[in-house]
Amino acid sequence: MGKNKKAVVYVSLKDGVLDPQGVTIHKALRQMGYDDFVSVRSGRFFELEIDADGADIDRKIDEVCSRLLANPVIEKYKVEKVK
Amino acid sequence: MKVGVVTFPGSNCDYDSYAAVKHIQKEQAEFLWHKSTDLAGADLVILPGGFSYGDYLRAGAIARFSPIMDEVIKFANSGGMVIGICNGFQVLTECGLLPGALMRNRHLRFSCKQVYLRTERSDTRFSNQCTVGEVLKMPVAHGEGNYFFQDENIRELEDNGQVLFRYCDRDGQVTDEANPNGSINNIAGIINREGNVLGMMPHPERAVEPVLGSVDGLKILDSVRAACTQPAGAAGR
Repeated sequence: MGKNKKAVVYVSLKDGVLDPQGVTIHKALRQMGYDDFVSVRSGRFFELEIDADGADIDRKIDEVCSRLLANPVIEKYKVEKVK
Repeated sequence: MKVGVVTFPGSNCDYDSYAAVKHIQKEQAEFLWHKSTDLAGADLVILPGGFSYGDYLRAGAIARFSPIMDEVIKFANSGGMVIGICNGFQVLTECGLLPGALMRNRHLRFSCKQVYLRTERSDTRFSNQCTVGEVLKMPVAHGEGNYFFQDENIRELEDNGQVLFRYCDRDGQVTDEANPNGSINNIAGIINREGNVLGMMPHPERAVEPVLGSVDGLKILDSVRAACTQPAGAAGR
């Protein structure tokens, strides 16, 4: 314990794909008077805790992202390794 | 005809599908548990509607990795007939048996009502009992049925004749008002290139008796039956 690595994965819709949730949140901001916000894109993030002794971790993270965490047809992802 | 209906944790139209085949069509039906790796000799596999795995992550994303899906994919790739209804359609796009993706409805509301569908082809295994342009009535009930595909891919899909059903009005006019979820080109149901896999958001299994408001869903199931019992080629490719 304590030796595990962490990675954070951000998944969001690809540019150009309509994000109805983002649009709705943006409309709410406008309604609240926040006129400076030009657009909102929504998404989700995942914290992955990974056994530090594991081999080939970068490749596996990438695989997990494209096979499960994101749907490559409509979504993109970004991986951030914490430590 | 023997039909296998897959039950995932969270499926809720599995009994409707089973009943439509068993009690209305008077054909053989069997439930296939998601952990099973045996399709029980089915001629047609139905992936039913519902909220498999609570729709966690994305609708269909987790169900797609169920043990039974390896068998369904093999079955489909060897020409077996598969229909994915609603959540089943979402599972089919997630696993790659059908192209594109189903996104959150344009208006963000759960869409639950009777809709009309225009049949685009009558020469498929799923529509040989219909005529081209025929309007079918059946219900939709989904929050994520907004069919999406990039422009260039949509053109290919259309050119290949893979769009089988489009949302339309009562008279068969494909209008934006008739589109319950924002699907591109009013797409309600598509087939794969080989024509043995159908995915659709509306529920044919819930339109099989007059008391349900429509019997039009039977045309799809009866088409499959015709495709099963007639010599290859006679009932659609």
